[in-house]
Order: sequence, then structure tokens, then C-alpha cells
Amino acid sequence: MTKVFIPSDTTARSLNADAVAVAVGALGEDIELVRTGSRGLYWLEPLLEIETSDGRIGFPNVSVESVHALFAEGIPTLEHEKCLGLVEQHQWLGHKRLTCARLGIIDPLSLTDYLDHDGFTGLAAALKMTPQEIVGEVTASGLRGRGGAAFPTGIKWQTVLDTQSEQKYIVCNADEGDSGTFVDRMLMEGDPLRLIEGMAIAALAVSATIGYVYVRAEYPQAIATLQRAVEIAEGAGYIGKSINGSEQAFHLEVRKAAGSYICGEETAMLESLEGKRGVVRYRPPLPAIKGLFGQPTVVNNLVSLATVPDILAKGAHNYAKIGKDRSKGTLTVQLAGNIKRAGLLEVPFGITLREILEDFGGGSFSGRPIKAVQAGGPLGTYMPETEFDTSMDYEAFKDIGAMLGHGGLVAFDDTVDLAEMAQFAMEFCAIESCGKCTPCRIGSVRGVEVIERIRAGENADENRILLKDLCDTMIEGSLCALGGMAPLPVLSVMEKFPDEL
Amino acid sequence: MNNHDLATGIATQLKHKPGALLPVLHAIQDELGHIPSDAIPAVAKVLNLSRAEVHGVVSFYDLFRTKPSGKKIIYICRAESCQAMGSRALETHVKSRLGIDFHETTEDGEISLEPVYCLGNCACSPALMVDEQVHSRVTTVLFDQLMEELLDDSSTRATKP
Repeated sequence: MTKVFIPSDTTARSLNADAVAVAVGALGEDIELVRTGSRGLYWLEPLLEIETSDGRIGFPNVSVESVHALFAEGIPTLEHEKCLGLVEQHQWLGHKRLTCARLGIIDPLSLTDYLDHDGFTGLAAALKMTPQEIVGEVTASGLRGRGGAAFPTGIKWQTVLDTQSEQKYIVCNADEGDSGTFVDRMLMEGDPLRLIEGMAIAALAVSATIGYVYVRAEYPQAIATLQRAVEIAEGAGYIGKSINGSEQAFHLEVRKAAGSYICGEETAMLESLEGKRGVVRYRPPLPAIKGLFGQPTVVNNLVSLATVPDILAKGAHNYAKIGKDRSKGTLTVQLAGNIKRAGLLEVPFGITLREILEDFGGGSFSGRPIKAVQAGGPLGTYMPETEFDTSMDYEAFKDIGAMLGHGGLVAFDDTVDLAEMAQFAMEFCAIESCGKCTPCRIGSVRGVEVIERIRAGENADENRILLKDLCDTMIEGSLCALGGMAPLPVLSVMEKFPDEL
Repeated sequence: MNNHDLATGIATQLKHKPGALLPVLHAIQDELGHIPSDAIPAVAKVLNLSRAEVHGVVSFYDLFRTKPSGKKIIYICRAESCQAMGSRALETHVKSRLGIDFHETTEDGEISLEPVYCLGNCACSPALMVDEQVHSRVTTVLFDQLMEELLDDSSTRATKP
């Protein structure tokens, strides 16, 4: 019996992976077909892998038509002309993966697979510790929030631990709305038990008994897979009435969002979980002190929580020794837009943007020069070629006024109209504003109008001054990051691409 | 069962959940395809909220519909990664081919068109989603093929008893 692996994640399926799986299943060979998540080498999908004694060998871009040719002389081997070699030796997998280690390798809903690949070892370690010891480990690892704000996760947990309350909550932010990001989706579809393990550890650390995963509705497959994984974890006693035999309960529920970008902002998300309009709250109080239903709440990004099991299993020191300066560990880079090789990379902080774009990405998809890269989602700046040697770490990006955000990179070639993209940033803010504060609600609408006038050549110089003033007002006066950062892509185009706007 | 009773039933079933309103509204929409106006007072009553509160939530979230949609909903991604790969041209093509704008339904009631800001399929932009199936690297030619398949599919279905 030979094991053949075909991914079943959303992107692989959008490229016909299901039909390929059916074709392989119908071959009648002595094959055990396993559907996995995706490793994130998306330009190679559907990527079919075959188990050999040396490791898995890969066959890229398999179609229904090519399946028969591939298996014409039995199970294809490393010598087959279409074989790209041992998958583990692929350039994109050259850095040891931590958070994404099981992606594309295991059947996401097989508890056996999960346990065979060190699953629940982080939880086992946590169960032997006191809450303070767990929080201490996470703090010592230097893990910072992967949603974009990069706040130290351990400090957030410490606040929740120190706040007295009968009921505490763990909330996972899986409302991955930034364009160019998809790692949350991949983890939910490819290794959902990892998130559940991370949340159970967080629950032990702060004595929380209820958890929610707030997943965007645009990810139907992720929601279905995660829900099934919660049932599996509960059925096996890892969560539910007791966290793996301990005295603590942890009930976990998957909540489906409803298409609002602002609900990725943590306080708007809490409102939404409470059944209300996703309107941003004033801070303070911090959610760690008064969060969901007014109780102390850990709100973490999915990648942060999915990283925790590894930290507990292998020790904080092991994690903290990777990375650069104050950016510890690995960054999950999601390479997208106009790029030849797009997908997911997990690399230590400190690699340069140029290495990502050129060495891994292979330049633009169109073959034209890359003119700009938007890093960190729709609120991130447009970076010109002169900034491509910036190190991918939180501080280096901050120093040039950019941000890493959730790790998404969107490349544009030289045909892009950056004034149009600047206008789109304001348009997006106007569509998605929750409406609570005036600078964001009104400012974004005025922003669209002023940029339209500049592009039409109407009093362009005066309107440029007005636009800068408007951006300052939004940055200084908005309640949250949406209004406060939507001007950043606009200003970056004005400053770094002065011919465009 | 009328909409009011159905909404009352769903809300009663889910009201034990803390902050139950979104799960309730999703369940109603899953059942009826949209959230009809007569469901709102029913939900309000069961969850002990005002009608205004329920209406406010329905109108806040883009994915809650108050009118019936077409048999198929096409969600076309308008976010940056897809724009970098030509989604603006695709969007124009789709609108003219269907003869409708965003948030509208074709006259024959077959297809509704909705914008979406990211499907998480950014490595294979531009993307669109038909019901729950995502399509990658969608060109205008590919879209036209897809449309033929969709319309074929629905006309065969319509002739079945």
C-alpha cells in the first residue's frame, strides 16, 4: 500500500484538487489516498505527493488528464520526469517550520496523525505547570501578537491572569480580512487541532473556561473543518468538561462572522460575539481587564495561539533563539498579488523583503519590474523598490513607517496606478468604517473625493495640502486602527511615489 | 410554516447561547436564503431585544441579506491582491456580461453579484466564489466558461421534477 497525498485546502480545491483525488482514487492501484492541508507552495498546486522510504516525493500541477500518464507505469518514482524531488528539500521549506510544521503533511482531522506528529505535547507540558509558569514561558519566548499589533502575548496573558474574576474567556481572532493574507485559513483547514491545543493552553494559563473562535464567513471550509476538529478534540477529552483529565473545563465554540472587516478589530469583534453591531469600543478598559461580556478576556490572533503549543513543548528558550532582536521566532509570510511564485513561507524574522520577493517569489508574475509592495494589508504602506532591502522585523519596518501586520505581502508590477490604489484605500475605509468616530466615518468619504479631484487635475496642489491635513486628522483623531491607518497607504504613495499622486 | 414562526423556532432553539443574535440570524438566512422583515420582531421577542436592535445588527453586516438572492451568488474579490492581477477589468466584464451591478440580481433570478474583500485565495488571484466554491486565476474567458456551466447546470435542474 503506497500513500498518496493530495491537498484539500480551499486554494488547492479551486485548482481542481478534488477531481484529481477522484482520478487517483479510481486508478485501482494499491494506493491509500490521504487528503491533507496545503504546504502553501501554491504555484505548484495541485501538488501530489507520494510516500517513499526516503521521504515524500512531489509532482506539481497535476490535472485529471495528467493522472493517467503519471501512473501509466505504476506508482511514479523519484526518477519520473515530472517529479520535483523530495518535497522536504524544496527551497521554500528550507527554513524549519514551527507554527506551520504540519501543514500539507497530516490529515487535518486525524487525531492519530496529529498525535504521531507531536500533537498535544505542548498541552501535556502545560498540564504539569502552574498558570504562572505557563504565562512565564510564553513571556520568555518573546512571542508577539501576530495579528499586526505585535504586542507581547505573555504580558497580555499576565494581565488576564492577575485580574480576579469568576469567568474569563479566550477569544481567537480568525477574522483574517487583510488582502494578501491566508495563513489563518490554512491553519484552520490544514492543522485545526493545533489551534485548539493553543487555546486550551491559554485557558489553563489564565483559568478561562470558555473560548470562542471568531471566523470570517468568507471561509466556509475553514469553519467546517474547525468545527469538526472541535468535536474530535472534545470527543477525545482534550477539551470540554475537562482539559485532558485536569480539573479545569474548557468549552470551545466556533462563531461565524458576517462579512465586516472592522470585526477584526478586537473590541468590535467582542461586540459582535455579544450579538451586537461590530462597533469599536473605547479603550481603556483593555479587553484583558474588561473584555467579552465585561469579563477578563485573552484576545489573540490565530497564529499567536497556534504558536503556543510549540513554545510549551520545546521550551521558551528554543523559540526565543530564533529571529532578530525583539522580533523573536518565525514570521509566516504570505506572498501574493503579482508574483511568480505565491504562497506561504515560514521564516525567521530578519530576512529581507528583497530575498522574499526575488529569491523565493521569483519576481513578478507578469515578468515586468515590481514597482511597489503593499505590506501588512489594506492599511499598510506601499513600499518602493528602494525599501526592498528592509529586514522583515517589527522594528525595522516601524523605522521606515511601514508595518508587517499579519505578514501579508502584495506585489504590484509597473502597470499599477498607485493613485487609484490610494483612492481605493480611502474607499475601503469608507465601506468598512463602523461609523462610531467622525474622522474615520466622514474623513474616508472626503478622502475619496479629494483624491478624485487631484487625479482629475482640479486645484491639484491645494488639494494635496488638504489631503495631507485630512490624513493627519484621521491618524490623530480616529478611535481605532482602521481610520488611524487607512491614511498610511495614501501618504506613502504621496511621499514615495510623488509622480503618482 | 410562516417566516415569523420559523424565526421564533430558530431563535428559541439557539437563545441559550451567550450573545446568540448572530448565530440566530445565520441560521435563519441558511434556512430562507435571506432575513425577511417579519423575522425581525420574532427574533427580538425571543431574545428580549428591541426590533431596532435586531434591525441594527442585520443592517450592519454585509453578509446578511434582507431580500431574496438569485439561485447562485457570485462573490467577486475586490481587494488589493486581486487588483494587482487584474480584478478591476474582470469586475467590469462580469457586470456587463450579467447586466447588473453589485448587490443586484439578474432579471431571470438566476444570479446575484456581491463584492467581497478577500477570500484568502490571494496566492492565485484574481478570485471569485460561487456559493461556497472558490475559483482561482479567473480571466474573462474563464468567467464566461464558468457562466455557461452554471447556466447549464441550473437549466437542467429546472427541468427536473
